[in-house]
Amino acid sequence: MQLKHVLTICPYCGCGCGIYLEVLDGEIIRTIPSKTSPVNQGRLCIKGWSAHEFVVSPKRLKRPYLRKQEKLHEASWDEVLDFTASRLREIREKHGPDSIAFLASAKCTNEENYLLQKLARAAIGTNNIDHCARL
Amino acid sequence: MKETIIEKVKDLFEDSRIEAFLGLKEENGQIGPYLFTDPKDLEGFSLGDKEWPGDKRYPLSKILIALAQKYPENRFGILVRGCDERALNELFKWNQLNEEHVVMVGFPCPQELAEACECPKPYPESLVVGEKVKGIKSKKVEVILNMGMEGRLKYWTERFSRCIKCYGCRNVCPVCFCNECELANDDLIPSGEIPPENPIFHLVRAAHMAGRCIDCGLCEEACPVGIPLRTLYKKVADIVDSEFGYRPGYQKDQKSPFNILGERPED
Ligand code: SF4
Ligand code: SF4
Ligand code: SF4
Repeated sequence: MQLKHVLTICPYCGCGCGIYLEVLDGEIIRTIPSKTSPVNQGRLCIKGWSAHEFVVSPKRLKRPYLRKQEKLHEASWDEVLDFTASRLREIREKHGPDSIAFLASAKCTNEENYLLQKLARAAIGTNNIDHCARL
Repeated sequence: MKETIIEKVKDLFEDSRIEAFLGLKEENGQIGPYLFTDPKDLEGFSLGDKEWPGDKRYPLSKILIALAQKYPENRFGILVRGCDERALNELFKWNQLNEEHVVMVGFPCPQELAEACECPKPYPESLVVGEKVKGIKSKKVEVILNMGMEGRLKYWTERFSRCIKCYGCRNVCPVCFCNECELANDDLIPSGEIPPENPIFHLVRAAHMAGRCIDCGLCEEACPVGIPLRTLYKKVADIVDSEFGYRPGYQKDQKSPFNILGERPED
């Protein structure tokens, strides 16, 4: 029997609410807002309250896939990265850098978001970068 | 007070009266729920007081339900204030927990918390330490009643209109345990609307708290927009008390009037 309350940060938006993930024998069963977190002081929005749900969602992608003819096919990281890079290069050469846009996410870290805008601006050459909170 | 409680918990482990103890623990300045399975672990044991008394309370009785469901044969100790004990009493009656497998370790709240909560019974029967402090009668209900019908309607409509439908009040509530929640029933409260239908959402919850709410105030503390939910449910409890002579959580043997199946009506 092991019940743990693991203190962490809500993965959804940039506020960074403190949450406890309730883990019963290795299975996450509930989110509880932290009362000591100065950010949310024991409160959450509906996304925060369900922050644990996507972890066990059967729809969650746990490995890389390539979509071919509307169908997802399992593939290796090398394959998907090569494919993405060559298609991005092709599109950029044919239609120019502004034909490509990047969508970052508040669920990622600052560093990951920084790297994505770097890829957009420095590697591709476009300012078309936005994030999920504006969708 | 805390030391005496820790000793009591150690005794429970030593006498093999419990296999685990559900309480609170402070780690790196953060207070959260904690399941103690080894008495050596009791360092950092917390009563949930940090900046002021009882400011870091969590719905321990609700957490115990999930635990006991998976481990129905085990016996659990649990840290209780007056309200936690009231919640457990209701959960026993509603067959969510088995009384014989739960050992309560109770402590009283200080007078200033009793006053902030307007709590009629700021201590549990299962007191292992401390003095019972005086119960407090609510004034907040009175203040709202004195606004008159129109004033009250305006007061509540305005407050309900702030609701962001986070379901925090329900999620944190120790006596909200239904498998299917009417607050998520599309026919009753259309989804995709914020604020949720005013005042239906709040009246549905208030009605469902009749005969159940044990007045712990965790809902109000969890409400991000500061709706005085506790005051609303205090009034609901007053109505149930005057109509049925029942206050949830106080009497162990008295069943909730909403938990009694009457005679089958004649066709
Ligand atoms: S409701 Fe009563 S028992 Fe619970 S924290 Fe407040 S004063 Fe204590
Ligand atoms: S005060 Fe709120 S959280 Fe506590 S039992 Fe009543 S409705 Fe539930
Ligand atoms: S906690 Fe407050 S905002 Fe959230 S659903 Fe309940 S009343 Fe609405």
